[in-house]
Amino acid sequence: MNVSSPPAPVALTVEGVSKAFPQRGKPVLAVLDHISLQVAAGEFVSVVGPSGSGKSTLLSIIAGLDDPTEGSIALEGDPNAPRLGQIGYMPQRDLLLPWRNALDNALAGIQVQGVPRREARQRAHALFEQFGLADFERSYPHELSGGMRQRVAFARTVLAARNLMLLDEPFGALDALTRLAMQRWLLDIWGQLGKAAILVTHDPEEALLLADHVYVFSARPARVVLSLDVALPRPRQTEIVGSPVFARLKGRLLRALLTGQDIPLEALALQEQEASQEVAL
Amino acid sequence: MKLLRAVGRTCARVWPPVLLLALLLAGWQLYVQAGNIDPLILPAPLRIITASIASRSTFAAHIGTTLYETLVGLAAALAFGMLTATIIDLSPFLGRAIYPLLVASQAIPIVAIAPLLIFSFGFGLLPKVIVVTLICFFPITVSMADGLRATDPELIKLYRTFGASELVIFWRVRLPHALPSFFSGLRIAATYAVVGAFLGEYVSAIYGLGILFSYEEHSFRTDLAFGDVIITALLSIALFALVSVIERIALPWYYAGRERDWHEAKPSARRRRALHKHSQGADQPVTIPTEPPHELSTPRKETL
Repeated sequence: MNVSSPPAPVALTVEGVSKAFPQRGKPVLAVLDHISLQVAAGEFVSVVGPSGSGKSTLLSIIAGLDDPTEGSIALEGDPNAPRLGQIGYMPQRDLLLPWRNALDNALAGIQVQGVPRREARQRAHALFEQFGLADFERSYPHELSGGMRQRVAFARTVLAARNLMLLDEPFGALDALTRLAMQRWLLDIWGQLGKAAILVTHDPEEALLLADHVYVFSARPARVVLSLDVALPRPRQTEIVGSPVFARLKGRLLRALLTGQDIPLEALALQEQEASQEVAL
Repeated sequence: MKLLRAVGRTCARVWPPVLLLALLLAGWQLYVQAGNIDPLILPAPLRIITASIASRSTFAAHIGTTLYETLVGLAAALAFGMLTATIIDLSPFLGRAIYPLLVASQAIPIVAIAPLLIFSFGFGLLPKVIVVTLICFFPITVSMADGLRATDPELIKLYRTFGASELVIFWRVRLPHALPSFFSGLRIAATYAVVGAFLGEYVSAIYGLGILFSYEEHSFRTDLAFGDVIITALLSIALFALVSVIERIALPWYYAGRERDWHEAKPSARRRRALHKHSQGADQPVTIPTEPPHELSTPRKETL
């Protein structure tokens, strides 16, 4: 477990994954329709889609909680690798245990995975330092604000993750201001963590701001409508959302999200041209 | 200073029921004296107290047995109840098999079964312990099984992603989660336990408050019989209080979180009035008293 190998170039490969749920007295409910995506080691990938489009189902399958009806998932190139206990999973709610203090809560995952207590504590300690939580190690969840609880939950995820983290709308339950602060914070610390992540969100701006690559899903059953490289330099500041490059990317992303198909800007310009010509005629 | 405040708070909580009780007792005393009622039919409170104090050595000789039976029965109920709850929780099949039997066991009139137990198990401690256990295990089982079932499924999912086994999830997540509910059941069981022992002794025994009550009743010492009942009740209350104290010590996180929430959800009358005046737009500036938060709860730490 402690043998440190150089990180594999590919953290995760999802290949043609479909998921359908049988329903009593109704036709099967198709949720995912041949989803394929790839996450490079250390890469931050966002998945955006309408609510109910099966994004969380995909994360459950990747985490190993559920099996796909069709398709395969390879962790670091190995489709047979066990995934439970390897991937950090962060749900929308912080789900901190009220009877444990912040530090012990962050240790919840790594403890189950059998890392010796002393080593686990040292790692958690360092992470708390880095996350600005050093003074709150002994605080109980009910004493912490929403943003801080979410940071403790994030520390728990980072500690439990070997190379990959799944973030299921981690800021969805926070108020707008706290969410902004959390996004800014995540941008700041992301580079130092060295772990790949998949962020599920329905906020296009959040997806672009944080990610190196964005996948846009259609409504149920989810297909990949758009796979978009976010060629924005790092380190990023939240102010980047005001730049023209960002606006262009966001426009394309929103169009894909709303129409369910990718319309490149050039094609759109062409269409508009044709339309104006028709009017002229 | 801290101690002083704690004492003050306890007094504030205790005086309303004490006052009410004093009023009721005074009314009773007055009624008996004014009506010149035969103490055989209804003894006055003062008479009950003086008579009971006079025969305190008798009570002392019997109280130990009752307490012993209560505690042994409660311990047995605790072990049996927790085990049953765990089985119900871990195996849905066994749960379905056991649950109806549990409910049926509570449908049996204990008063009827107590003499039958004497037939089967003799005049010793065993039949009384069985009665106590029979009465007490049910609330413990049900409350604990409910508590285990009420664990947040999302939390279980999270622990599964850590690679946790069912056993680890049970031990680390579900059991602690079930404790507040479990203690609610235990508090109910604690109040029933003394009554169970009393009932078992009343049917037949050599020592115990139950059989003592029977003697006093048959020798027309209504005042002592009342004293006996009061002592039994005090025993019940003491046991209830003991469980509550253990609960407070065992679950500080539960009370700390809850008191903060209650403090916000239900402000005191003084604070409520001030808030109301403030919202009405009073001419003069109103100072809203900020209450010192409850000792157990510290204010939320805010950063960001």
